[in-house]
Amino acid sequence: MSIFVDRNTRLLVQGITGREGAFHARQMIEYGTAVVAGVTPGKGGQKFEGRVPVFNTVADAVRHTGANCAVIYVPPMAAAGAIFEAVDAGIPLVVCITEGIPVMHMSRVMPFVRSHGARLIGPNCPGLITPGESKVGIIPGNICTPGRVGLVSRSGTLTYEVVNQLTRNGIGQSTCVGIGGDPIIGTDFIDCLRAFQEDPGTEAIVMIGEIGGTDEQRAAAFVKERVTKPVVGFIAGQTAPKGRRMGHAGAIISGSSGTAEEKLGAFETAGVDIMRRPVDVVALLEKRLGALSKR
Amino acid sequence: MNLHEYQARALLKTAGIPMLDGDVASTPTEAEAIARRLGGKVVIKAQVHAGGRGKAGGVKLARNTAEALDHATQILGMQIKGLTVNKVLVVPAADIATESYLGLVMDRESQAPVFMVSSAGGVDIEEVAAKTPEKIVRLAVDPTYGLLPHQALTLGFSLYRDFNQVKAAARIMEQLYGVFTGNGCSLAEINPLVTTPAGQVLALDAKIVIDDNELFWRPELGLMRDDSAEEPSEAAARRANLSFIKLEGNVGCVVNGAGLAMATMDLVKYYGGEPANFLDIGGSSSPEKVINALKIITTDPRVRAILFNIFGGITRTDDVANGIVEATRQFKVKVPIVIRLTGTNESEAIRILEKVGMTALSDMDEAVQRVVQLARKAA
Repeated sequence: MSIFVDRNTRLLVQGITGREGAFHARQMIEYGTAVVAGVTPGKGGQKFEGRVPVFNTVADAVRHTGANCAVIYVPPMAAAGAIFEAVDAGIPLVVCITEGIPVMHMSRVMPFVRSHGARLIGPNCPGLITPGESKVGIIPGNICTPGRVGLVSRSGTLTYEVVNQLTRNGIGQSTCVGIGGDPIIGTDFIDCLRAFQEDPGTEAIVMIGEIGGTDEQRAAAFVKERVTKPVVGFIAGQTAPKGRRMGHAGAIISGSSGTAEEKLGAFETAGVDIMRRPVDVVALLEKRLGALSKR
Repeated sequence: MNLHEYQARALLKTAGIPMLDGDVASTPTEAEAIARRLGGKVVIKAQVHAGGRGKAGGVKLARNTAEALDHATQILGMQIKGLTVNKVLVVPAADIATESYLGLVMDRESQAPVFMVSSAGGVDIEEVAAKTPEKIVRLAVDPTYGLLPHQALTLGFSLYRDFNQVKAAARIMEQLYGVFTGNGCSLAEINPLVTTPAGQVLALDAKIVIDDNELFWRPELGLMRDDSAEEPSEAAARRANLSFIKLEGNVGCVVNGAGLAMATMDLVKYYGGEPANFLDIGGSSSPEKVINALKIITTDPRVRAILFNIFGGITRTDDVANGIVEATRQFKVKVPIVIRLTGTNESEAIRILEKVGMTALSDMDEAVQRVVQLARKAA
């Protein structure tokens, strides 16, 4: 079992003929994801890699292929438009990998996504993967292995680091979700925690946060009230100076709010086991799950 | 990107927000001339990207042109929090009856622009927010409809009793919202918004932060960037498309990905070291990026050892290895380098490094412990 994506996911790639889009579409196909369509305006009628049909619009692609998930690799200037288009075409799950979308654009996108009942993951995220079933985005498939630990993270490569630790120690994952490092994102920690809590295939949850904002604090409160499964957490940026944007547009400590201490404190109060180092994830999960996780 | 006060004022002025006339000067005599034009009694304000300008002596009241010249001479060239003052703003000294705060910020929780308005203005609004949050009126604007007339009026009523002032403030709210959306701001602030004894509502000081992601669309705003107001190594990094922030420690860090970069700094600290910087070389890392990263880090004389921490996903570790080899060919790196890489094309990367006698570790903790030890030995 898993959350958000599985072997029934029929994926459409927006920007499939671009450099990034083509590279990652190939990787996803290789992994076994059902990539059923691509969209690049003006290139409708072509075939990607000789077999995936390319359409001019998302609506066309949905009509002809029954795609139920879209992943976006278009440049920042067109990315908000691509999200609007996918949602307008009735796609229920839209994953936006693109980094560099103005926050103002996202503030206009989100009410539209909500009013259409769609889910957006990202932007500025690595996407998600249900190991062995479906990879949507850019998380390297080879470092993941199927299992029963759910992982949610604001980061990309830090996620890989932690997933790699899990896999090397025989701890498989139900689904790994990168929710993105931007100030305005479509799916937050709480959305993922709720889904993992409800997913019978997930036995424990790893939550990787970072400085900036209050998403982790609210997530901790949610854990305390609603999550019965063990949760292990990490916060990146304990050494970050105040008022500076640490790479991710959202990773900034404003005033005294958004610090690592504040977030770790919230974790502690909520009974989340705190990883001091990425490598600690293994010992903490083993302690909470025993041999259960090793399958 | 932060704008200087004089730049922010220009944007507000274009939008029609009432302000006192002022001008910017780069030399004391220019400042004196502006002061004379404005009638002598002026405030001289240092234009640097640092808070607490007043406390640092960067804001001074001049009673006449002679004093204006004196103050400008003192302030121009002075250092505020490590930044040199190259420009001063000269504005008439205003007669103030009341001071309020007016801010508009892109709020991550409401996922919308949020007005923050308080009649407790002129002081540190963070402090007001922390101690007396009830004194701040917050209003989230639905960007689909923009600021609605009744919302602007409601905000005006939260500041003033006099209906003419309420209307004037509401107009300023609308204009500020226009500046915010029209220039891709993440923050637009008027602090203080004052009333004069004659009842006029005026913006005295302005602060604007532009969302960096907007600059692609708005090259004219990019031109307002003041490189001299930045740490030189950070300006160099930005030109090389690297995300870099200088810190105080002696362990240089080159990492791919912002989250991993932060976690690497934290781990350096965990093992008793101090990171010299935050540096994210990004996803598709060409060898040139690695060369530029090494150049920037090695200009910091405090750096005693350098750590590469690369988790290859989209980043090809062999590209990074080629960059390291090429950089050490181009210039001598005098401090030890510890390389940790794993992931995409790892064995090719190791071959490239071994050819020139370098080695790579695959474990992050081991690499961090080693670099901390080397930095300590060299210190």
